[in-house]
Amino acid sequence: MCFWQNYPLYIRSVPTQNELKFHYTVHTSLDVVEEKISAVGKALGDQRELYLGLLYPTEDYKVYGYVTNSKVKFVIVVDSSNTSLRDNEIRSMFRKLHNSFTDVMCNPFHNPGDTIQSKAFDGIVSGMMVQTA
Amino acid sequence: MADEAPFQLLHSEVIQYIYKSAEGETESGRNVTKLENIGFRVGQGLIERMTKDTARFKDELDIMKFICKDFWTCVFKKQIDNLRTNHQGIYVLQDNKFGLLSHLSVGKQYLEHAPKYLAFTCGLVRGALSNLGVKSIVTSEVSVMPSCKFQVMIQKA
Repeated sequence: MCFWQNYPLYIRSVPTQNELKFHYTVHTSLDVVEEKISAVGKALGDQRELYLGLLYPTEDYKVYGYVTNSKVKFVIVVDSSNTSLRDNEIRSMFRKLHNSFTDVMCNPFHNPGDTIQSKAFDGIVSGMMVQTA
Repeated sequence: MADEAPFQLLHSEVIQYIYKSAEGETESGRNVTKLENIGFRVGQGLIERMTKDTARFKDELDIMKFICKDFWTCVFKKQIDNLRTNHQGIYVLQDNKFGLLSHLSVGKQYLEHAPKYLAFTCGLVRGALSNLGVKSIVTSEVSVMPSCKFQVMIQKA
C-alpha cells in the first residue's frame, strides 16, 4: 500500500477477503511510521535509511514500512505463518516498489496526489504478491 | 542526464511556442505562469528519481544544499555558486553563469527577455521543494547576464 501525505494512493491485497482488516491495520501502522520518522531527528549517528523495518508484529501478521525522501510511505503486510521471507527480500520488494513508483511519478499523464492507475505498477505489484503467496 | 544542447534548444522552443500561441490575447503574465507550472511538474518527477537512493534529509538547510549541489549538477552540469540565507525561511541561490541564459547575451542586452527564460527553472525548484515537503515561492532576478539569482521563500504552515 502506498501513501502520499497520509492519503492512500494505492492498495492491493491477496486474498481479497479480509480486505477491511488490512485497511485498518495499514492505517494504524501509519502512526508508527510517523513516530519513527520524527525519532530519527533526535537520535544522532542514526543511519538515516529509507527502509524502516518491522513496524510491529501482531499474532496474525507482520507489518513493514518504508518512507521515501518525498514523504511517500509504503506499507507491506505479510502473514506471520510465512516465515521464509527474510529481511533482505522485504528490502528488495520495497526497492522494486520505489523504482516503479518513481516511474509512475515521471509519467506526464499522472498527477501527483491521484490514485495510481498505471498498469505497469499493477503488474509489478501482482508479480511480487504471487511470489510470496 | 541528457545532453545540454537538446534541452536548451527544446526550452527555447517551448518559450517561443507558448508566446506565439498566446498572440492576440492581452494577458501576457499568463505565459510566465504556464512556463512555471510546466517546470513545477517536471521538478516533482525529477526529484522523485533523484532522491531514490540518497539518505533521508535532516532539515531544511540540508534540502537546500541538496538542491544547490546534486539537483543543479544533474540539470545544469554545475553547482550553484553562492547560497545565502537569513535562517528565517529565505534563501538566495546565485548562479554566475546560468546555462539557459549564457547563449542569450553577456551583459545587459536582451535583459527584458530574461524573465521568460527563468520561469521554467523557478517552477523546477518549486516543484522539487514541494515534493520534498517544503512549500515555497521561488522568484528570480537578473541584473547582468548570464548571472542570475533565485530567491526561495519558504512558507510556514
